[in-house]
Amino acid sequence: MPGTGNSCEVLVVEDLWSDARITIDALKKRNVFTHIHHVEDGEKALAYLRRQGEYAAAPRPDLILLDLNLPKIDGREVLEEVKRDRQLRRIPVVIITSSRAEEDLVNTYDLHANCYITKPDRFEEYTRVAESIEDFWLHLSELPDTAE
Amino acid sequence: MRPQRDTTMQSGKRIPEILLVEDNAADARLTTDALKSGGVETRVHHVLDGEQALAYLRNQGEYATAMRPSLILLDLNLPKIDGREVLAELKRDAQLRRIPVVILTSSGERADVNRCYELQANGYIVKPLGHREFVERIQRVGHFWLSVVNRPTT
Repeated sequence: MPGTGNSCEVLVVEDLWSDARITIDALKKRNVFTHIHHVEDGEKALAYLRRQGEYAAAPRPDLILLDLNLPKIDGREVLEEVKRDRQLRRIPVVIITSSRAEEDLVNTYDLHANCYITKPDRFEEYTRVAESIEDFWLHLSELPDTAE
Repeated sequence: MRPQRDTTMQSGKRIPEILLVEDNAADARLTTDALKSGGVETRVHHVLDGEQALAYLRNQGEYATAMRPSLILLDLNLPKIDGREVLAELKRDAQLRRIPVVILTSSGERADVNRCYELQANGYIVKPLGHREFVERIQRVGHFWLSVVNRPTT
């Protein structure tokens, strides 16, 4: 169970710094052992997950928070790659996106995204949503062991 | 027959339909009450084993007109068809795989956690032993999946 003092590695894939900040602050709120790794585009996300280049020593994440509309490589493609990969497919992927397109909602669930959350417009609500994500994924739900 | 979807609340939003797959009557009662007391109007449909769960979701037999749920809470140790197999079946099915499945089990075994995530479970909750903790946890789980998360309605 997370929050027992074991470290938890979270990868946040988000191109907007203001959004990333809210999410990261909420994730770190209750547990000093939560380590956040933030990348700003899909290309870096995949390099991180594949431990390529500058990410050769990156720890495998226990949880991935993934925006859909990303520069370079789109979040939808990152999701597909993760769920195709034997080492990565068990890692929960939380989609956090401004997209309200029904098509995105259905397609990402079909691709086995664990959950889909649309970003609220207002700061206070966004903070509450980020805190709910922290509550469910870092305190309520079990997370899988990371495959090495 | 086309399965029915979540119906509409007074506010114009849809009433979420939850399928609870749980063989323990006391746990089912507690879970249902906790979900319904969470502040979001919701309908909870309860089946007792894996066979009923699959029949329900496939609209077979007595479940021909069953509402398609937008969330499934699934126990693992079930009679007839085990929860792990139900999960595998659901996530293989082109129509049903998009419904979030949150495992709700007394098993804290790491092997079960890992296996369920490999099978693409959407979340995994271990049932607390205490009554109060159980209710509180289900309410928080319900809040996340009903009020924060967007679920497909198709």
